[in-house]
Amino acid sequence: MTDTTSSPHTVSRLTVRVRGARLAFGGRTLFDGLDFDVAGGQWTCVLGPSGVGKTSLLRLIAGLTSPKTGSETEGTVSTDDGNPVFHRVAYMAQQDLLAPWLSTLDNVLLGSRLRGEPPDRDRAHALLEKVGLGANMSDLPAALSGGMRQRAALARTLMEDRPIVLMDEPFSALDAITRVRLQDLAAENLSGKTVLLVTHDPLEALRLGHRIYVLAARPATFDRVIEPTGAPPRNLHDSTVLGEQGDLLDQLARADTEGLVS
Amino acid sequence: MRLLRPLVIFIGLIAAWQIAVMLIGVPPFILPSPADVAGALIKRQEVLLGHAGVTLLEIVLGLALGVLFGAFGALVMSYFAPARRWLLPVLVISQAIPVFALAPVLVLWLGFGMASKVAMATLIIFFPVTAALFDGLRRTDPGLLDLARTMNASRGAILRHIRIPAALPAFASGVRVATAVAPIGAIVGEWVGSSSGLGFLMLHANARMQIDTMFAALFLLAIMAVALYFAVDAALSRLLTWQPDTQPSED
Repeated sequence: MTDTTSSPHTVSRLTVRVRGARLAFGGRTLFDGLDFDVAGGQWTCVLGPSGVGKTSLLRLIAGLTSPKTGSETEGTVSTDDGNPVFHRVAYMAQQDLLAPWLSTLDNVLLGSRLRGEPPDRDRAHALLEKVGLGANMSDLPAALSGGMRQRAALARTLMEDRPIVLMDEPFSALDAITRVRLQDLAAENLSGKTVLLVTHDPLEALRLGHRIYVLAARPATFDRVIEPTGAPPRNLHDSTVLGEQGDLLDQLARADTEGLVS
Repeated sequence: MRLLRPLVIFIGLIAAWQIAVMLIGVPPFILPSPADVAGALIKRQEVLLGHAGVTLLEIVLGLALGVLFGAFGALVMSYFAPARRWLLPVLVISQAIPVFALAPVLVLWLGFGMASKVAMATLIIFFPVTAALFDGLRRTDPGLLDLARTMNASRGAILRHIRIPAALPAFASGVRVATAVAPIGAIVGEWVGSSSGLGFLMLHANARMQIDTMFAALFLLAIMAVALYFAVDAALSRLLTWQPDTQPSED
């Protein structure tokens, strides 16, 4: 058993089920009739070549419309407690999405500000300390490095304290070392949450995922579901992790060529 | 150097003016020398300052009202879709009519006093402010809006905490343009019909061949316009300290 089962966040273990997901763009079907589960209290990773519809799938769960005009997304999203998913998700994107006019602290407090709630400054302080930004609370985002900005975004995500966390390639714009550090930080702080991580990096999925779906081909299907052993974040020197990474890279490369041919 | 540069430019322009007058030898009733104008400025300072005060008040009131109405119009159009569909064509049509052509009408309706000049300046200022702020409100980072939606933000909260702050740089550009064109409204209004203000004084002096006084009024108007622009620009920069200046100084 992984350490997440002993996590105190038992109330937040919400499983999200997606049934019959369909995405059409410009008259072409990218996927149709896709079913998958985001298991409660675990990290589920969706891996696939770019343009396969990973982001649309995540946005479907988040209740956000597609940013591209001319694309259609549909599908039912439900949770095992029967309540809607919307308003119970925290969202973290590839861009840090920090408001440039707000200090790091005020960015972390953005959610409460938008909902008109009294801001819990002490908690925001504690979270910023936790992600290593204790000294940068009053800095504007422009004064922070890319890694620091994504740390602030992580703190803002944690501040929301939602049972479901949706992450859309949150670490892909970072350098290798910063990325590994942030993966560790996220794994540590989001344990017990229901996390969906969309990524194109097989190593990232293998380090963090309890379950990895590979979305490939057109129309896309889940070719393969991998359940790596051991608790995330997994060791980069683990030979099974590296072996799996080779297999996944092969598979994604094949899927990418097929996508180009079709 | 930042403070010195405008001073150098100012002295350079005055010197060029003086040299041109001396070299070309134009008579003072065509182009008076800076010394003549300075003489008029000192000799008639009470009259000049009185009229300058009137014009400045017209410009500042027009600017305040134009920015207020412009901001309000942009917010209404951004928040209510029907307002957008109905108001935008009206705005475009209103700008297709040259504002100068409206001046006689405004004087007819609002009289020879200050109101017609303030209305004129407001009309000129309204459009650049509305267009700039409306554009800024429409161009909010979609990612930021997605984030706000996942945070259960209402439309009003998104407007207040996301869209408006994000649109402030665009709004500031509109206000800068408005500040630069504001004196046009006031002066045109004064030319069409008034009994005070620098525009009135210029016409009055011109008719009496007091060319040095005319240039002194022009000089005062230029100083006022430049000072107003720098004051507004400084205030806006202070408001927008978070907006990074991406143009390097060596560029």
